[in-house]
Amino acid sequence: MAALISLAFLKAKLEKRPALVSYIVAGDNNKKLTLNILKSISQYIDILEVGIAHNTAVADGAQIQNSSYRALQGGIKVKDVFEIVKQFKKIKKSKPIILMGYYNQVLQYGENYFLQKCKNSGVDGIILVDLPFPENKSFADKCKKLSITFVQLIAPTTSTVRMKQIIKNSQDMIYYISMLSTTGGKLKVSAKSILNNYLKIKKIDPKKNIVIGFGITTKTIASLKKADGLVIGSLLCKSISQSLAKKRNPLIQLNKIVRTLRNKIQ
Amino acid sequence: MLKLQKGKAIIDQHDKHYLYGGKFGGNFVPETLKKPIEDLTQLFQKLRYDKKFIKERDYYFKTYVGSPTRFIKLYNLSLHLEGAQIYAKVVSDANGGAHKIYNAVVHALICKHAGKKYIIGDTGAGYAGKMLSMAAKKFGLKCKIFMGTKDMARQKVNCDAIRKNGAEIVPVDSGSKTLVDAVSECMRYWVSNCDTTHMCVGSTVGPNIFVKICAWSTAQISRELKVQLKEEFGEIPKKLKLINCVGGGSSAIGFWNEFMDYDKKQVEFIGVEAGGPKNSKLHAAPLTYNAKLGVLHGAAQYVLQDKDGQISETSSISAGLDYPGVSPLHCFLKDTKRARYTVATDEQALAAFKLVSQLENLRPSLEPSHAFAEAIKIAPKLSNDTVIVVDSCGDALKDKKIIEKRLGKLLWQH
Repeated sequence: MAALISLAFLKAKLEKRPALVSYIVAGDNNKKLTLNILKSISQYIDILEVGIAHNTAVADGAQIQNSSYRALQGGIKVKDVFEIVKQFKKIKKSKPIILMGYYNQVLQYGENYFLQKCKNSGVDGIILVDLPFPENKSFADKCKKLSITFVQLIAPTTSTVRMKQIIKNSQDMIYYISMLSTTGGKLKVSAKSILNNYLKIKKIDPKKNIVIGFGITTKTIASLKKADGLVIGSLLCKSISQSLAKKRNPLIQLNKIVRTLRNKIQ
Repeated sequence: MLKLQKGKAIIDQHDKHYLYGGKFGGNFVPETLKKPIEDLTQLFQKLRYDKKFIKERDYYFKTYVGSPTRFIKLYNLSLHLEGAQIYAKVVSDANGGAHKIYNAVVHALICKHAGKKYIIGDTGAGYAGKMLSMAAKKFGLKCKIFMGTKDMARQKVNCDAIRKNGAEIVPVDSGSKTLVDAVSECMRYWVSNCDTTHMCVGSTVGPNIFVKICAWSTAQISRELKVQLKEEFGEIPKKLKLINCVGGGSSAIGFWNEFMDYDKKQVEFIGVEAGGPKNSKLHAAPLTYNAKLGVLHGAAQYVLQDKDGQISETSSISAGLDYPGVSPLHCFLKDTKRARYTVATDEQALAAFKLVSQLENLRPSLEPSHAFAEAIKIAPKLSNDTVIVVDSCGDALKDKKIIEKRLGKLLWQH
């Protein structure tokens, strides 16, 4: 059976659009809400990224930090994140889920136990923000053996030599960080130059699916729709913050946003 | 058991993944920072063997930092304790009042050599920030200092100094609002601005290159001490104990560096961590209390954390020691058993400050007061041919408010 992540890209390609990838933090601001959000937005989203909140995140911008803070205040534990995925997969078995977190969380669980939990709950992929290549080689191999996609990251600072090595060691999905920024920064480079870099990476191995993330909003998304996939994170976290501040159910606004995003890339 | 190699600088005893003993340190950083870290690693590797650069460093250490700092005997304290002979290496003599100036000057020089005009850094007690702002001013660099709002409130004296030097303080109001959050925020800023900006990490923590640069800089302390010991005793004493407080661990590494190869029976290293308030479970002592190995700020180290890998809150009267992790180099020294680590509580540090400042013309800040607490504890049990040297790595002026509150005003006027 082909991996769900690859299938999601294939499906989007058949519809001649990029795959839409969402990111929210698990447990923001409670487990039930996260599950409801995932269920609801998954009608427009191809791949769901679920963040594991960490209290010393070094690459997250303000919006995701706020979400993580709320999740941790709400008492979220790593085991709850697995439970959320498991519950979700009971209803939407074929929608791929990627866990995103920091390496210390995996280390404290123990790499093997963490992966076993991933497998049991139905996790399809893993992104570890602070476990770059080549330090991630052994962990990425373990993922591969379990048919879990370890998503490698490439940044604007990544040299061509390094890019080639990373791509060679990647599975079917690669994450390209659009600019020098933490998550949710204002898009400070032109869509054209992001796409130029993207194509450079794509040329190295056209078979790999490359998603672009960081700084993507309802305004900028259409200009990047040539990519294999686009990740929306901070925008969604910000929307949750705003709804919670107004004591409204975040679902309503979130659904509106993902529908708009989807329309813009059709 | 892990082993130290002789005849090789401790900062270079890592494997190809930059791990000491195969497990401490490394570069656990977002992809974006891989290249800037690699560039900095190459630049530093070149500079540290460049005679001109060494000359430049030594020139500024001498004329600007004020090297060498004094090495003095604490006669009254030694008499009072009736045991070992107690000395102090008065590193607080250095320009700015603490050892942080060595790292700051070297980073400012590297920043200039890298052709960058902006420099950023984190600070806890405010020393690292103050010194970086001084060095930035001296070398004409634009400077931003990241500092937790809790630390800003308790270390106002240093904040004023930072601003006076023309640097901007970026208040960090997330998490525990202390050093750990300041470092995170500083790293985030670097992720976004690494093309124009040089980052200085204020201690021997963070990705490997920052551990290296900092330890290489503070090594000046032990270079001076070695000469001063030989001047005083004609040789390195047969029974020598070097006591240093340990937060991130930059002054301790610098204080011990030149003595690594001596047998520990001759030159013992004692690191004193922050034990926190008496009768409280909170502290900042990952080594003493056997914290688990984890990853914090780009490096694997023993770090206070929960089962889920969330970094724990710490508590110490001393902002400079109030950090949940510790340098990978100290983890390495612990596991190789070259150094031993212990704690002093807030109360013990205050009592040590009181005794030292009453008996001697020396006013150690709350950080080295932790080290003095250990010296005071062990000296009476030791023979009088034992030599204890305490690194008095900071001046208490910055702690005036806290000390007055806890010990009263009269004492301060001494």
